[in-house]
Amino acid sequence: MQELIKLNIIQLSLAYLFPLLLFVILKKRGLKREWELLLATFRMTVQLVLAGYILVYIFAKATLGLTLLSFFIMEIFAVLTVIRKFQKDQMPKGMKRTVAFAVFTGTFLSLIYFVFVVIGVQPWYEPRYLIPLAGMIVGNSMTGVALALRLLLDGMKKNRVVVEEILILGGSPKEAAKEVVNSAFEAAIMPTITSMMSAGIVILPGMMTGQILAGASPLVAISYQLAIMLAILGSVALSVIIMLSIGYRLYFNSEAQLKK
Amino acid sequence: MFEIIDMDLKGIISIPYLKIEANKLTVILGPSGCGKTSLLKLLNKLISPDSGDIYYCGKNLKDINSLELRKEVVMLSQNSPLFPESIKDNLKAALNYHMLPIPEDFELREILKQVGINKDLDDKVLFLSGGEKSRVALARVLVLDPQVYLLDEPGASLDEKTEIFITEMLMDICQKKGKTMVMVTHSKEIARKYGDVIIDLKEYSRG
Repeated sequence: MQELIKLNIIQLSLAYLFPLLLFVILKKRGLKREWELLLATFRMTVQLVLAGYILVYIFAKATLGLTLLSFFIMEIFAVLTVIRKFQKDQMPKGMKRTVAFAVFTGTFLSLIYFVFVVIGVQPWYEPRYLIPLAGMIVGNSMTGVALALRLLLDGMKKNRVVVEEILILGGSPKEAAKEVVNSAFEAAIMPTITSMMSAGIVILPGMMTGQILAGASPLVAISYQLAIMLAILGSVALSVIIMLSIGYRLYFNSEAQLKK
Repeated sequence: MFEIIDMDLKGIISIPYLKIEANKLTVILGPSGCGKTSLLKLLNKLISPDSGDIYYCGKNLKDINSLELRKEVVMLSQNSPLFPESIKDNLKAALNYHMLPIPEDFELREILKQVGINKDLDDKVLFLSGGEKSRVALARVLVLDPQVYLLDEPGASLDEKTEIFITEMLMDICQKKGKTMVMVTHSKEIARKYGDVIIDLKEYSRG
């Protein structure tokens, strides 16, 4: 099998033609997004280069402390990314804590199951496995929770009259928020289900592509990809349902009344 | 049935003492914004007062579970939104919230007849007129057969003739079944003609 082609700095620089192309399009169309594009390209470059060097260090050391630290940093960034998308007054009191708890619990449980039961890697904290897997699981859960939170906040605001009507009719807060919670859950897991539908046909998923490029057999790459996609599905579903199950309660007080 | 003592809902209403008697049709009058809907919501425990007490059958509302209370004291809100399904689904939803068995179709049709609706149970509520929708909302409350009815302008979107028909039907239920009704209305004529007790909320309003 052919050796992996290592990209030199010139080859890599040539890939920057793509954001340059987008820059020209944005400029020509008068869309004021150039600054955002430049910042995103710059951030992506710096973040990935730094991550590369940090991973080299962590992989070489392979200690439990460093691996867990990396995982917690990922979690913190994921939670902050979700929360920053929303203004303070948009969220009921306690929602930030709920998001943090949901993302952490959902991803942690899925990752633990995946590492201990599915792969059974030794030692379990082997960073070469745990960190990339955690990255994918946390990243997808973060997107799912952000989407579900957006729909929960909008749904409870838009449907306040209907939610109150169900309370008036004798329904519990759970029954009153059921429609909003269900549609938020459905919408949040749909992107993951859609990506499962198209996997292998429309797109070759990132991890699998990486493994194939690195010289692994496509069959080995596929087995990992299948397992990780299922873990992502579980993690997204778990994080989202935890967030929604606690989140809707924040709109009601102990007297089954809608908070102002 | 209800006793309100030194109750204050900031900026809306302040009631030193008010008694709402059982088995009577009490009519609440008052200009818009004077707190009529808020009073019904307070009695349904959909909101709580900032201070003071409300008693239901001698028991402080603070000590009664809201969900249990709402099974006995049912409110018909103004412009009550219907679920975008069939008439029957709307009636069933209310019964499910109260964990009551679903009656036979002929019994449900009887209730529709009571509110003057000549439609099929499977008809979608989206195709009903405004007046029909408000009467389906009333039917959704009647099917629960609660002890206390809190009715927020049940005739608001109806013509005069239908409003009188509905009010007479409600008065009939109140008298024959021994129910307690608290009804908000804008019509002084209806209040005088049908109300056993009339309360003008203007004097308690802080709006």
